Formats: sequence, C-alpha cells, structure tokens
Amino acid sequence: MTASYSFNDHTFDVVVVGAGGAGLRATLGCVERGLKTANITKVFPTRSHTVAAQGGVAASLGNMGPDDWRWHMYDTVKGSDWLGDQDAIEYLCRHAPDAVYELEHFGVPFSRTEEGKIYQRPFGGMTTNFGEGIAQRTCAAADRTGHAMLHTLYGQSVRHKAEFFIEYFAIDLIMDGGKCVGVVALDMATGEIHRFRSSIVILATGGYGRAYFSATSAHTCTGDGNAMVLRAGLPLQDMEFVQFHPTGIYGSGCLITEGSRGEGGYLVNSEGERFMERYAPSAKDLASRDVVSRAMTIEIREGRGVGPHKDHIFLHLDHLDPKILAERLPGISESARIFAGVDVTKEPIPVLPTVHYNMGGIPTNYHGEVLTLTDGNPDTVVPGLMAIGEAACVSVHGANRLGSNSLIDLVVFGRAAGIRAAELLKDKAKPELPKGAGDEAIARLDHFRNAKGKTPTAELRLQMQRAMQEDVAVFRTGEVLEQGRKRIAEVFARRPEIRVSDRSMIWNSDLIETLEFDNLIVQAIATVEGAVGRQESRGAHAREDFPNRDDENWMKHTLCWVDTKTGKPSVDYRPVHTYTLSNDIEYIKPKARVY
Amino acid sequence: MVQFNLPKNSRPTEGKTFKAEGATRVKRFRIYRWSPDDNQNPRIDTYEVDLDKCGPMVLDALIKIKNEVDQTLTFRRSCREGICGSCAMNIDGANTLACTKGIAEIKGDVAIYPLPHMPVVKDLVPDLTTFYAQHASIEPWLQTKTEEPKKEWLQTHEDREKLDGLYECILCACCSTSCPSYWWNGDRYLGPAALLQAYRWLADSRDQNTTERLDFLEDPFKLYRCHTIMNCAKTCPKGLNPAKAIAEIKQMMVERA
Repeated sequence: MTASYSFNDHTFDVVVVGAGGAGLRATLGCVERGLKTANITKVFPTRSHTVAAQGGVAASLGNMGPDDWRWHMYDTVKGSDWLGDQDAIEYLCRHAPDAVYELEHFGVPFSRTEEGKIYQRPFGGMTTNFGEGIAQRTCAAADRTGHAMLHTLYGQSVRHKAEFFIEYFAIDLIMDGGKCVGVVALDMATGEIHRFRSSIVILATGGYGRAYFSATSAHTCTGDGNAMVLRAGLPLQDMEFVQFHPTGIYGSGCLITEGSRGEGGYLVNSEGERFMERYAPSAKDLASRDVVSRAMTIEIREGRGVGPHKDHIFLHLDHLDPKILAERLPGISESARIFAGVDVTKEPIPVLPTVHYNMGGIPTNYHGEVLTLTDGNPDTVVPGLMAIGEAACVSVHGANRLGSNSLIDLVVFGRAAGIRAAELLKDKAKPELPKGAGDEAIARLDHFRNAKGKTPTAELRLQMQRAMQEDVAVFRTGEVLEQGRKRIAEVFARRPEIRVSDRSMIWNSDLIETLEFDNLIVQAIATVEGAVGRQESRGAHAREDFPNRDDENWMKHTLCWVDTKTGKPSVDYRPVHTYTLSNDIEYIKPKARVY
Repeated sequence: MVQFNLPKNSRPTEGKTFKAEGATRVKRFRIYRWSPDDNQNPRIDTYEVDLDKCGPMVLDALIKIKNEVDQTLTFRRSCREGICGSCAMNIDGANTLACTKGIAEIKGDVAIYPLPHMPVVKDLVPDLTTFYAQHASIEPWLQTKTEEPKKEWLQTHEDREKLDGLYECILCACCSTSCPSYWWNGDRYLGPAALLQAYRWLADSRDQNTTERLDFLEDPFKLYRCHTIMNCAKTCPKGLNPAKAIAEIKQMMVERA
C-alpha cells in the first residue's frame, strides 16, 4: 500500500451516497429518526440531476377528476410491460399521494388549479379506470418540478441540520464477508481520503446515461453506485432496459418534457402527418415512451424524418395559447430558444429519441434493501446495503418507466429507506471495519492517479459512448448487439492505456472523470450482456429478431455480475414478483400492451 | 488619485498557447489558470479552438479543450442545460453559465475567469462555502404555525403567481459575485441570491413566519447593503431580478414599521 495516503475516519449510523431527490429524502428520514447520518455527494445537492426533471410527479390526488391509486398501479404495471414487481408497484402507488402532500408541506411551489389545489397534467400512459380514459395525475410546478422538489428537499435538509460531505467522490464500498460496513470517499477540494464506518450505506447515486453518446442526462450521471456494487461482487438487474425519451432536442440532447405533449403538443413527420395516430390510435402522442420512441425511429428510418438529413422529427407547440406556454411550459420554451434557436409560439422543435433513464440498477425490495441471488434464494438481503432512486431496480418500472413515475419513486422509496434503516438499527452495534478496509479503494485511486499510458480518458469514453449509441439503441438485433459486445470489450481491454495528466490531489477532475469512466464501462458491459441474452421484445428492449414478448420464458429479471478485473460478465435470473402487497388489489395479469 | 493593484502574488502572468493546427475557423479562449500546488502566480493560458469541430456553447469549448488538448483544465459542470448552476463563471467580462452562453455571442477572444471575488480552489472553481451558508441562514423552507392540513395547503392561482421569478433561482452565484457591495461586504451583506430566496419565502402565501423572517433581515448589513446597483438583474442567466426582490423586502420593512 502506498504510504502517501492516510484515512480520515468517521463513524455514522447511516451514510447516504448521493444528494438527489432520493438521497435527500432518505437523509431527511434518517435524521428525523435520530440516526447519525452523513450524506456524501460529488456535487452540491441542488446540482444533482433531479434538478433537471421537468414535467411532474405522479400521484392519484384526483384534483382534476376522479382518480384511484389502483388505476395508477394498473398503468405502471402495463407501462412496465409486466416486468415490474407488483408488490413494489402497489407500495409506490398507494403511498404516492401522501408523499406529494408531504412535498407540498415542505414548500414545493406546485402550480395550482382554480380552487387552489395542486395542478395535475396528463402524461404518457397515465389513464383512468384501468385504461379507459386519460388521467390528469402528474403534479407539476410549471415544467420545473424536479428543480422545485430538489431545492425544497435541500432546504428541509438544512432545516434538519443534516451532515453533508459536499464534493466528496465515493470510491468504493467497504465489504466484510458479504456485509456492507462503510464506504471510502475522496474529498475533491483537499484530496484527502475519508473512510466512513456505518451500519447502513444507502446508495442514491442515480443512473448512468453518460454511457451513451447522446443523453438527456447530466455529465455527472455515471452510475457510480452501480459500479461500486459490481466491484463488491454483487449483481445489477435488468440493465438492458434503457429508456429513450422521445423528445430530446436534436443536436444537444437537452430534454423537452413529455408534459409538452400532455399540454397538447404533438409530433409530426416530414409529410406533416401526426403519425402517432397510426401507432397508438387511442393514446396517440401520449402513449408510453418506448412506444413513441420506436414510432419516431420507424418514421425516420422509412424516410419521413424532417430536416436536410431527414434524421429527426418535429414537435409542435405553436398551436397552443402563448399564455399557457408561458405559464406551464416556460422552462422548455427557454431551452428550445437557447439550444434549437426556436420560438415555440411560432415554430416546431426539432427532436429525437434520446437516452434518458435506466430502468435497471441495483436489485432491491420495496424497503430499499439490496438483494442478491445466493443458494437459490433470489431475494437474499445484503446486510448493511440499501439502494434507492434511479440507481435502484425495485423494480417498479420494469421494462419501461412511465413519465413522472421517477420523481414519485424518489420520494416514496427515499422515505421507505429511512423507515427501514431506523427499524434495522434499533439495537444494532456498529460494525467493526475489517483489517485493511479501504486499501483496495486507495489502490484503485492511486492506480488511476498515476496512470501514465498514451490515451486520455476522454478518447476511451467516446469510443464506449459511440458503441453504445450505435449498437444498443432503440431497436436491437442479435447481430448488432454482438458487435456492440465486442466493441465494449475492446474499450475495456484498453483501460491499461489510460493516461491521467493531472497529478494534483486538489480538485483533480481528470482523475474523477477517469474513475467515472471506469464506473461506466462495467455498466456498459452489463447493459450489452443483458440485451444480448434477452431473446424477446419487452418495454424498452425491442429485438427485431424476437419481436414479441415471451412471458413463458422471459417474465424474469436479468441479473448480471461483472468481474471488474477481467471485464467478464455472468448472467442469471430472478423471478418477477407476481403478487401484490395486500388484498386491496389483485395481481394484474399480463395481456397485450396496446395504447 | 489612489491606484489599486492586485497583490504581487495575484497578478496573472501570460501562460502557454495551444495552437489549433489546420483549423480555418479559429476562436481563441484566454482562460485563467491557478493551482494551489505550486507557488506560481495565476496565469492566462490561450487555447485555440476549431469552431468547425466544436459545439455552439462556451461549455462545449471548455469540454473540448479538456478532452482533447489539456486534461488539467479544471471547472465545474453538470447538466449542460442551464438548470443545475454548476458552470457559473466570468465569461467575456460578465458572470454567466458556460452551458447557455453561445460562443458566437462573443466578439474577439473569449476571456474566461472564475466568478469574481471568491476564493479560488483551482482554475475556474471558486469556493462557495460562504455563499451557501448565507443561503442557509435565511431558512429556506416553508414555516407554518397552524396545524397542517391532511391534503395540500390551498394557494390561489394569483398567490402562486407571486412566486414566479423567485423560485426559479438555481443558486449559481452569478448575481452575488457580480455585486460590488457584496465584493466589499461579502461576509456580512447576504447578497442578492440569498435575499432573492429570503423574499421567495416571504412572498409565499403559505408561509406564516413573516415577522420572524423580517426580524432576521432587519440589519444594517444583511439587507441594507443593497444600493440598487442592479448588476444582479443584469447578469442573472435565468433572467430573474434579485434587486426587485430586495426592494420588495425593503418595502415590507417600511410597511411594518
């Protein structure tokens, strides 16, 4: 071990990694329950990517018409293409209204109805009465709901004096005989290494959209927690399910909320046709995201794309009342102006399906406890480790997440994790750190800090991003996926060539980006591997060589382990939970998914 | 006439120049560099960027430089769409977000410095600890005294509209670090960003601690060091007007006196 590093040691009941919506809500819950809680975050909390969520947060408040959590549950199950675990989905939808009222009480500046209640808008796949009508279920603060939620949750954390370690980059978990006992992190400002000993670590580290070339995700969305889990020898689940949002701005990939279609916007092809009417006669532009993204891709592929290269689609909002646009969609009006040079009151926005969300992640139960498959038990709890938010795969989103179900996921399961942590810690002594705890994390850090190869990290990252973009896209075939698998393996093999130029320990973003790349590449491996393996089409995973859903063989979660030394993946499966939590609703049986 | 100079060890020196070989449409980026690791003065490095191979925003150029030319160049960035507030810096003489500032908007060389008057951690990364502490000091959360309703607090459409132009703040610190009064009294004057947030809660019809909030702000420094210079409103990359919010607070003070 290099002598030049030393540890700053801390002891906590709970360490939360990540300060987005889920991480902040969990931190709050733990602090409120008297647990000594640390929150480690690589960016200042209000810079977490929850801030960029726009359209809203789903809950059956019924402010705009009749609604029922059971209808929300049906929509979520159908949206998930029956890959979601229905016990977890029931938990989500039942607790959603209270979670939204709590946010309102915290101070979230929701838009209002004429009666002064929380305003709710229509969103893709959200229906009334088990698919009959269009529901207005998505609670909105204009089109800045994520921003409003994140800033409010940060304010609450300040109120409760939560202890933050800001701009600390978590390097690795400390595991002891299959149990998680802490985490090692780098203080970016000073270069000091901190070792946190804790009874529970809650990973709330978000998705890994930056494995792709074009994503709505922030540069910091590198799935660091997912990769830490892989390095701890644990599996990730359903990684082949990557959501493409139908409306990323052509070129920059910046998000245009689905709420724009909820407010009446629609897509057209080069013939001026509202083509979604052909693909989803009933829901049209408000079909599920996977359905709309596929339809757009087909239109472009068949030569009906717009623009000089016929390679994108137009989103029209110019027929809407400018007053409505200013009140309900001010944020995307600004984004369209800045990033597409478009005045939304006069012209359509050029858009393209863009990587947006990872349904897959760290397998958990609905309490947030991390699961693995051991000795034939697919629901084995990993002691001391929890995961929530986009990092987790509970799985409530299954093969495809409905818009506005991610913000509700953050707060419902963030809250659940706090409750569970308090239950688990009632009379539990702090774990002792094993001998040499954190040494591997330091070795990894030191390796990259002194990496003297010939290739800057950015070059390898770009190679990975291009391979994922081209070979693990909206439509997939076995042949193209095999090519992607090979290309990703080649990138992995080139890791010894990496060169890190910045040798400083102070705010060394060259080193951080390299650690992030090292995190991304193993998730890319798991994503391709899951996609190659799954020989069916379900939700966001559309195989042209296997165009149908195959419930008989594939109604199961993919588990993928990756040997992070060799890059070798191995795959196994877990059954989908085909039961609900209570007798208030029966298991929703699979049927054809038509919008 | 008194002449002020930067202390000797703070005066930037001319640094390296990185050429863009073979480029036809070249833009020069002159970027402030400083690292605490050596005892060197800050320097200005010059990077030539081929605009035919670069995205339209200043952040695109910074990322291109970091990826392809100089991996040691250090700056914060995250969302790249103007909502996270990470990449606030001084570009072409004004504080703004690198991700929403078009390169084409800038005539001549592009000068990039860290946000003014904050301690520099490294290159374009300022230390915002005090700024965050000031934001926390205004107690940025909803405060109520009556019993919480089972459902939401009701708020009329008109009352909700009063929060527009306030809640959208992204805490990028462009405004506070553009304010001469904040430069002078940054330790005691709360600055436009924190005061905009203070007013965001004062203006919220649901909040019931108006008196306590005003009491906290009733101070010669915290509030009254705003001299309506208006740099804050001019520089805000989100088009907000902190100076107006501060005037509203002062108005509330007068009305309750």
